[in-house]
Amino acid sequence: MTSTTLTRESGTSSTQAPNTLGWWLSDVWEMTLRNVRHVLRSPDLVMFSLVQPVMFILLFTYVFGGAIDVGGDRYIQFLLPGILVQMALYGSAAGTTIGVAAEMREGLMDRFRSMPMSRSAVLIGRTLSEIFRNVGVAGVTVGIGMLVGFRFHNGLLPVLAGLLLLLLFGYAVSWFAAYLGLSVRNAEAAQAVGGVWIFPFTLISSAFVPTESMPDWLQAYAAHSPMTAAVNALRALLSGGPATSYVLQTVAWSLGLIVVFAPLAVRKYGSR
Amino acid sequence: MPAAIRTAGLCKRFGSLTALDHVDLTVPEGTVHGLLGPNGAGKTTTVRVLATLIRPDEGAAEVFGVDVRDDPGRIRSLIGLTGQYAAVDELLTGRENLHMIGRLFRQSRPDCRARASELLERFGLDHAADRQPRTYSGGMRRRLDLAASLMARPRLIFLDEPTTGLDPRSRMEVWRLVRELVGEGTTVLLTTQYLEEADQLADSLSVIDQGRVIVGGTPGELKAQVGQDRVDITLLDSEGMDRTVRLLRDRLGADPVADPEKMVVRAPLADGGTLPDLLHLLRQSGVAIGDVALRRPTLDDVFLAVTGRSAEHGSDQRDSRKESERT
Repeated sequence: MTSTTLTRESGTSSTQAPNTLGWWLSDVWEMTLRNVRHVLRSPDLVMFSLVQPVMFILLFTYVFGGAIDVGGDRYIQFLLPGILVQMALYGSAAGTTIGVAAEMREGLMDRFRSMPMSRSAVLIGRTLSEIFRNVGVAGVTVGIGMLVGFRFHNGLLPVLAGLLLLLLFGYAVSWFAAYLGLSVRNAEAAQAVGGVWIFPFTLISSAFVPTESMPDWLQAYAAHSPMTAAVNALRALLSGGPATSYVLQTVAWSLGLIVVFAPLAVRKYGSR
Repeated sequence: MPAAIRTAGLCKRFGSLTALDHVDLTVPEGTVHGLLGPNGAGKTTTVRVLATLIRPDEGAAEVFGVDVRDDPGRIRSLIGLTGQYAAVDELLTGRENLHMIGRLFRQSRPDCRARASELLERFGLDHAADRQPRTYSGGMRRRLDLAASLMARPRLIFLDEPTTGLDPRSRMEVWRLVRELVGEGTTVLLTTQYLEEADQLADSLSVIDQGRVIVGGTPGELKAQVGQDRVDITLLDSEGMDRTVRLLRDRLGADPVADPEKMVVRAPLADGGTLPDLLHLLRQSGVAIGDVALRRPTLDDVFLAVTGRSAEHGSDQRDSRKESERT
């Protein structure tokens, strides 16, 4: 065996001079790379993320679609933006809550917290990797949607803007989910709370049925839910129609979620 | 020069549980200090306070003269932490793990690459460098964990029960690596439940129980309090009994105890004899040996000697082991 030095060499230091922003970006990059590798190296997670949109599109289109009146258009044309938002939220929310809660119990988090790295980078890397996953999920969802009859009825720019908006909204929700995952501190509890709010939240909206079909008291909520804003914005951007108000609402909700929950989550992670 | 570690009156409570009750420790730079105690004694809590993972409630806790409450960031750049559970990323390869840790310690990419390769080779992991740790054995994971702690060449390293759950060979390997670290001047705070491990590695010891340091000293001083190693020799027939007792008395200068019923002769293994020597001696004089057991003083014996009561151990206690050779 070679005789190499295990510890610091006298007089030299390989640690570079601090450059706060540069190292913060470097930490974020390392953490994002780590989480993206996790996504790519968990085949069951990838399968689950991809099977789910397929299942939802087929179930809604062929089981419920015939009974839901969306006013002239084919149901898939109405449904796809709703499924896109639901899938983005489902991945971001359940995945992040459970993932973060599980990770907090591992020794690796103690190691990270005992290191001079940025604390926010751990969570930023985690949430950024959800964007990466959502790109894949959205791609599959659109592909399957097009197979069963969905068509873009708008220019390339609005469509791209719609997809960016989708990713932003999913990203914002993943910060809420991260905070939830840090608050429960137990993987079983995270399983229970991680995805459970997603179904009422996504179903009581314009995602699957026109809100006008709901009773008045429910409509009052559904019409103003951030889910409805995001779905309507996406629908308008993919299929045409007035989008501005919905886009602004969605951006406002997203930024609001990030501004509130990102600092809360980072503080929770760093608390000792 | 400030001590690597200094605590004075250090207290930490979790609700109604007092985890640390006025702990005083001083660890000079370049030495290995062993924190010896049963599960739940406060060893890990001490490490977590000093590694800036939890805040102390009372008292001083300094690392290289910096209080953990004043400038945790400064301390974090000087320490390495190897916890009880291998803190490695299961889905990154061994090399990717080390590279990531190096980058997070603000080392340049070429430095990280070189350092990772160097440590992987040094720790006998080069053949597994590009596999995920979930394919590793327990010993390999622990070595990778240790390598990760060393990426940034820390001046102080915390080893929290570094060999718990390892097989004897992996344990020896970890001990060897720790000795090399020490040889290069790194300060080590080691926690262990095993007197033998503390004896092997530590320059000084603190025995900790229920959050209090109950006794401190060198391993030699502590062992002097609890007695020596003992050898139990089981014979195949009772004829060799007297001869064995005589031979052992001559060689060891101490009185062996014979148990004719079980055909066992017990003798303290003083400095004069090693197990292979004794076996050779007995075999030469034609004694038929059935079994040999080396009984070493354990943490339990220390507790018995110091507190008069037994330590409450976890299930992974090793109290007496049979060994073919004295190490």
